Amino acid sequence: MAVGVDSNEKFATYAHPERLVSTQWLHDHLGAPGLVVVESDEDVLLYETGHIPGAVKIDWHTDLNDPVERDYVDGERFAALLSEKGISRDTTVVIYGDKNNWWAAYALWVFTLFGHEDVRLLDGGRDKWIAEGREITTDAATPSQADYPVVERDDSEIRAFKEDVLQHFGNPLIDVRSPEEYSGERTEIPGYPTEAALRAGHIPSAASVPWARAAAADATFKSREELDAIYKGEAGLADGDDVIAYCRIGERSSHTWFVLKHLLGFERVRNYDGSWTEWGSAVRVPIVTGSEPGETPARR
Amino acid sequence: MTDTELPESLREIKEEFLALEVRERLQLLLEFANELPDLPERYRDHPDLLERVEECQSPVYIFVEVDDAGAVQLFATAPRESPTTRGFASIVSQGLAGLTVEQVLAVPETYPQELGLTEAVSPLRIRGMTALLGRAKQQLLRKVAA
Repeated sequence: MAVGVDSNEKFATYAHPERLVSTQWLHDHLGAPGLVVVESDEDVLLYETGHIPGAVKIDWHTDLNDPVERDYVDGERFAALLSEKGISRDTTVVIYGDKNNWWAAYALWVFTLFGHEDVRLLDGGRDKWIAEGREITTDAATPSQADYPVVERDDSEIRAFKEDVLQHFGNPLIDVRSPEEYSGERTEIPGYPTEAALRAGHIPSAASVPWARAAAADATFKSREELDAIYKGEAGLADGDDVIAYCRIGERSSHTWFVLKHLLGFERVRNYDGSWTEWGSAVRVPIVTGSEPGETPARR
Repeated sequence: MTDTELPESLREIKEEFLALEVRERLQLLLEFANELPDLPERYRDHPDLLERVEECQSPVYIFVEVDDAGAVQLFATAPRESPTTRGFASIVSQGLAGLTVEQVLAVPETYPQELGLTEAVSPLRIRGMTALLGRAKQQLLRKVAA
């Protein structure tokens, strides 16, 4: 029971226009049968301060990550979560969030690990909705329990592990962190020492494209032309490339994954969610410091 | 340090959280966030505030003072879009208000983990409050040494 796509002109220029909806489209479709709106933010309390009417909350940390192992939830927990949120396997899910949809893209990527077919982002996310003066509410959403099937997570298509990266050399890597993290000047985020890695720098040969460059000032995605200029022009990606993106824990790179996969149409794009917190603490992996990508290491 | 040694303000906050169900604790954290007062006038143009850390975690700024009677006050600011961080700052600010320097320095580093919030907000985020408490103590030490 999927809901129709947004035939917005801007979206038509992207490889997969059906992956985005505009704030106007969402406004017009709120409450439509078969549609569930999900808010996913960095801050676990932001939803409680006001959200799109009827939207449910999914938190990247407490809902999508395994509480013990560094991994995502399994099929059973995912099914229980989505059922509780009123989402069925054929539901059209529109995800939105703060910070240019950074965390919303992360949630969308996790939904994709479980093969949820119709999952879209609200272009411009929470910020644009609010900037336009559209309705928000603090009323808790009361979804009726759905029956989401237990689906095994598929890590083979869009997720890369450290071993995959070591095998990937010679193919493009995109580092989406800040220039200071890329060069190695900064090993940690001030005030959050426990999220640091033991070494600083970047994976050799990775191009630096900070994730937020894909977003315009109003938090929407930049135009196809602008994105092509950044990723194909500056970063040198070519059609048909097999690409791996990474950041610090795999969240910012989910945003870039979305851009490369759904907006620019690269078939083979993986997110290395171990990212710098794994690579920068791993034993005997190559690292380059400074602002240049560095030599491409041999595969191993 | 046992509970009987925790300063009363911190002990009360802890009891308030632990008396609630896990989900309700988030609501209480939001109430704390809403109670965080604006910075006093004298800090509004502080140079530190201009150095925004845009990547990743939300920026939070704290200013610790000790008055003539030796009582500590902590002022903090964090963006409206970061209610969890504001809640953490508000707990630390209310919990430390009026304590002596010695009392503040003796607050256990594990205090943030004792509020029963770990499950509701995740261990990673709780570390944000631990870091905040640590920064408050460091600022106080520098102030006392100066």
